[in-house]
Amino acid sequence: MIFLVPDFPWEIIVVALPLAGALVCFLWPRHASLLALIAALGVAGAVSGLGWEITTHGPQRYAIGGWGAPLGIDLYSDGLSLSMLAISALVGLGVSIYACGYFDSQKARHFWPLWLFLWAALNALFVAADIFNLYVTLELLGLAAVALVALAGGAEALGAAMRYLLVSLLGSLIYLFGVALLYHGSGSVDIMILAQRVESGPAAWTAMGLMSAGLLLKTALFPLHFWLPPAHASAPAPVSALLSALVVKGSFYIFLRLWLEIFMDLGASPGQLVGILGAAAVLWGGIQALRQTRLKMLIAYSTISQLGYLFMAFAITGITAWTGMLYLLLSHALAKAAMFMAAGNILHFGGHDRIAELDRVAQRLPLTLAAFSLAGISIIGLPPSGGFIAKWLLLEAALDSEQWWWVVVLMLGGLLAAGYIFKVIGHAFTQADLSHEARAVPANMEWAALTLACAAILLGFLVPAVTLLIDIGSPFDARYAG
Amino acid sequence: MIVASSANLYALVGVVLFALGIYALILHAHLMRKILAINVMGSGVFLVLVALAVKGQGIPPDPIPHAMVITGIVVAISATALALALMLRLQLESGRDSLP
Repeated sequence: MIFLVPDFPWEIIVVALPLAGALVCFLWPRHASLLALIAALGVAGAVSGLGWEITTHGPQRYAIGGWGAPLGIDLYSDGLSLSMLAISALVGLGVSIYACGYFDSQKARHFWPLWLFLWAALNALFVAADIFNLYVTLELLGLAAVALVALAGGAEALGAAMRYLLVSLLGSLIYLFGVALLYHGSGSVDIMILAQRVESGPAAWTAMGLMSAGLLLKTALFPLHFWLPPAHASAPAPVSALLSALVVKGSFYIFLRLWLEIFMDLGASPGQLVGILGAAAVLWGGIQALRQTRLKMLIAYSTISQLGYLFMAFAITGITAWTGMLYLLLSHALAKAAMFMAAGNILHFGGHDRIAELDRVAQRLPLTLAAFSLAGISIIGLPPSGGFIAKWLLLEAALDSEQWWWVVVLMLGGLLAAGYIFKVIGHAFTQADLSHEARAVPANMEWAALTLACAAILLGFLVPAVTLLIDIGSPFDARYAG
Repeated sequence: MIVASSANLYALVGVVLFALGIYALILHAHLMRKILAINVMGSGVFLVLVALAVKGQGIPPDPIPHAMVITGIVVAISATALALALMLRLQLESGRDSLP
C-alpha cells in the first residue's frame, strides 16, 4: 500500500534500515548472517523504491521531523545520489552473499553489524544535503571502515588500520575546519543555499582548499595515497572489496558535489591542478601495480590508478567528461569488488596471494579466474565493458575540448592496466615451481565475484539508461559545461 | 567591539591549536601522542566554531555552531575510543607503540 503514497520517505528507510539491521545483528549474533541478508535485500528494495520515486517525480527533498533547513536536517536525492545508492546496493548485496561463506562464526559476529553500520553511513552520505551532515557521515564511514580493516587481526592489519584511522581523522578535521569557515562566511551549511551565497574571496578560497585537501586525503589522490594500499590489501577480502569499491567513493562523492555546486564558480585553475594530480595517479598507480608481487597489493594500487581517472574529469570538464567520470566510478565499483573477491578466493584456495606462485589457478578455479578476467576487461577499458564506455567518453571529451595531453594519459593508463592484469592471468595459467595444498572455495564466493564482474561488463550495454538516470535533477548543470 | 575582538582572539587561538595538532601528529611517533594531537586539532576547530558564533555585544550568539560542536565532540570521543582500543591491541600483538 505504501507504494501508492506519493511521497513516501524512502530516503529515511534507506538509512534507517541498515542501521536497524546492524543493531539486530549485534544483538542476535547467532542469526547474524540471515538477518543481515534480509536487511541487505530490504535496503536494495528501499533503494529501488527511492529510484522509482525519483524517476517519476524528479529530485526529492525531505526535511527530517518537518523542521527544515537551517535548523533541521534535510535529505536531498537526485540522479547522482541515486546512482551512488544503487551501485552501493548492488555491490553490497554481492559482498553480503560472498561474506556468508568467507568468515568463521567468531569473525562473522563482528563483521555483519560493522558492515551494516558502514552501509548506513554510506547511504546517509549520499542523501545528505548539508556540509556538516556530510562531515558526520564521513566520520561514521571512516570509523566503521577502520574497524572492518582491523577485523583481519594480526600486527600487519592492525598497523594498517591504525594508520588508516589517523589519516581518516586528519582528513575529516581539515574538512571540518573548512566547514567552519564556509559557515561563518555565508551563514548556512545547506549546499543549495551555499551555491547561491558563496562568493569568490580569500575566505571562500581557504575553505575550498581545506575541504578539498581533507577529502583528497580520504580519497587517496596521488600523492596522498600512501595509506591506501596497506589498508586495502591487509583487510579481509569482502572488506577490501567494500573499501575499494565504495568507501573511497564516499569522500569522492562529497568532493564532486561541492565542486559542482559551490567551488567550480570560484575559478578553473584548481580543477586543472586536480586533473594533473589525477593523471599522475593514473601513471604512478599503474607502474606500482605492475611492480607488485602480491595480488591484493596489485589490486590496491590499481585502485589508486583508477581513482586518478575520476579526477581528470575536473580538468577536462563538460557534460561528456562528467558522464564518463561517473561511468568509470560505477564500473570500477563493480569490477574492483569482483577483483578483490576473486583475490580472496585465490587466497582462500592456496593460502597465499603471491602472483608468481598462482600455479594453474585457471584450471583449478575457473569461475574465479573468469571473474578476475572479466573485471580486468572493464578495468583496462576494453569493449564492451562499462570501463570502455567511461574511457571512451573521457577520450571524446578531451578531444572535443582540444586537450590532447589527457588522451596520452588515458592511453598509457590503459596500457599499464593491461600490463598488470595480463601479468596475473599469465601466472594463473602456468605451473609454479612450488605447489601448495589447496582448500575448496564455497560456491557462493565464486558466483558472487562472477556476478559482479558480469555486471561491470553489462554496464557497457546500458548507456542510454545510465545517462538518463544520472541526469535527473541535472547535477551536471549546463552552467558547468565548461 | 570588545566582544568581537576577544572572539577573534579565541578564533586565532583555535587556529594555532589546529596547527599545533597537525605539527604534533606528523612529528611524534608514539601513537598516544598522535591520538592526543588529533584531539588537540579537534579542540582547535571547535574553538573556532564557537568563537565565530559570537555576533556582538548584547546580541545572542548563533546557536547552530554550538550544536555542531556538540555533535563534533560526540564524534571525537567515539573516534578516540576506537583509536585507543586499536593502539592497545596493536601493542599486544606487535609489542610496538608506534607505526613502522
